[in-house]
Amino acid sequence: MKGRIWHGLEQLAAWLLGFLWALPVLFAAWTAFHGREYATHLDFAAPLTLQNFARAWSAAPFARYFFNSVVLVTSILAAQLVLCTLAAFAFARIPFRGSQVLFALVLVQLMIMPDVLIVENYATIHGMGLVDTIPAIGLPYVASAFGIFLLRQTFKTVPRELDEAARVEGCSLLQLLWKVYVPLGKPVYIAYGLVSVSYHWNNFLWPLIVTNSVATRPVTVGLSVFASTDQGIDWSVIAAATLITSGPLLVAFLLFQRQFVQSFMRAGIR
Amino acid sequence: MRRQALQLYGWLMVLPACALLAAFTHYPAVATFLHSFYSTPRGSRPARFVGLDNYQTLLQDPVFWRSLTNNAIYAAGTIPVSVALALLMAVWVNGRVRGRGLLRLAFFTPTVLPMIAVANIWLFFYTPEYGLVDQFAHLLGAGSHNWLGSPATVLGSLIVVAIWKEAGFFMIFYLAALQQIPPNLAEAAAIEGAGRWYFFRRITFPLLMPTTLFVLVNAVINAFRMVDHVVVMTRGGPDNASELLLFYVYEIAFKYWDTAYAATLTMVLLAILAAVALGQFFYLDRRVHYR
Repeated sequence: MKGRIWHGLEQLAAWLLGFLWALPVLFAAWTAFHGREYATHLDFAAPLTLQNFARAWSAAPFARYFFNSVVLVTSILAAQLVLCTLAAFAFARIPFRGSQVLFALVLVQLMIMPDVLIVENYATIHGMGLVDTIPAIGLPYVASAFGIFLLRQTFKTVPRELDEAARVEGCSLLQLLWKVYVPLGKPVYIAYGLVSVSYHWNNFLWPLIVTNSVATRPVTVGLSVFASTDQGIDWSVIAAATLITSGPLLVAFLLFQRQFVQSFMRAGIR
Repeated sequence: MRRQALQLYGWLMVLPACALLAAFTHYPAVATFLHSFYSTPRGSRPARFVGLDNYQTLLQDPVFWRSLTNNAIYAAGTIPVSVALALLMAVWVNGRVRGRGLLRLAFFTPTVLPMIAVANIWLFFYTPEYGLVDQFAHLLGAGSHNWLGSPATVLGSLIVVAIWKEAGFFMIFYLAALQQIPPNLAEAAAIEGAGRWYFFRRITFPLLMPTTLFVLVNAVINAFRMVDHVVVMTRGGPDNASELLLFYVYEIAFKYWDTAYAATLTMVLLAILAAVALGQFFYLDRRVHYR
């Protein structure tokens, strides 16, 4: 009897916490889909509208921001995959001199991320004449210690026999990597891809620093510019804009929930 | 394949990644250190060596001390609560609670949202009079309060946002670890008559130590790395009450363009991160029970 009461209480507490956690997002959605007069009081009979989205979309160049973000995120991921795969393979399976020291140096980035090195990285980017370009946003993140680490762990689990068999068949190193290692690492690539895409889609401070025009701003910076100008009071429109910017990831997450959760898990198990 | 060729291939394959890492992680870290001993170049005056002058300024800068204390309070407020909640969430989502799928969805969704969007949503919540927080307070008979506008509550308000954003992220790691604990342990404990709480305290929690370590390190890094919400919600105000270290660096560097002082401030951040790394390496790793 006592156990059942406890269980019931626990169930209740779990649901309460879940409700609290869902509340902010649900409320933002409610505000975005209703007229501005309903932003401050809940009325379940209130009519739904898409007007806020239309107004937000036309009030700022969100289409361009989206394009910038898509270009940014895909090019960062593509570059990361190539660079990290090559480096991870060398660290995992090629016994070259100095590899251990180099790998230790790579791991430094897990602690000291480009996120906190904004001052000097801005100076570097400025010196390269890249300020206010999309490559400037991505460059500091392309060589990802996290990616190298994750893929190295994966490559190390590939059976030696497979590796040797391919070499006996006359595979070159790059063929070996491409035909044996990369296919076996597919789940890790998906995991890393999801983590990287959501990280860079959401990244804000560095893009805010290195961009200053509509042609280069990603959606996060676009949203902050939009919300901080004279929209100040109209929460319905800001809520709509907020949902627009988080929309693609949110929809992808709702559709592929399991993959997302598993990817973040996989990325965390080391 | 010949030995020397292999050496060459190894180097060639790590070269692109290592060059970029050197350019955007190692070089800036070293440059930050060096530039903290120089003055900020302005116009026709180039940077000159000033020794420890910048550090002297730093020690006498009340805003720096404020941002450091704020950041410490922010970390102390965010980390234990979000990690404890994460563990609780993971236990629930992993256990017998009904509606696990929906709960997991609710807990994890904040993780995929951009912090900047999260900040916008919460900004509305905290609005005096009209915001959800105040409306709820009205229901309970409390008056309205300017949560982000008063120095007493602004940091706490930011802590709540950070907890909401992060707990679900940490939950994932606990969930992964929980699923790797063999179920026969629980069965054996049940046969021995061990209660759930006893089992959790003596078996589950120790087995989760490596995960806790991993999560803690990430939480500490995040507490010093993530200031997006400060930019949107408070800009460090009112009266520096929500000034965090990295946001102060950002202001000094890109509002006042005092790059040398910004480098000096960054050194404090780097020292904190290095301390975390060393602490993890030398102290915690040894005390954690690994399977």
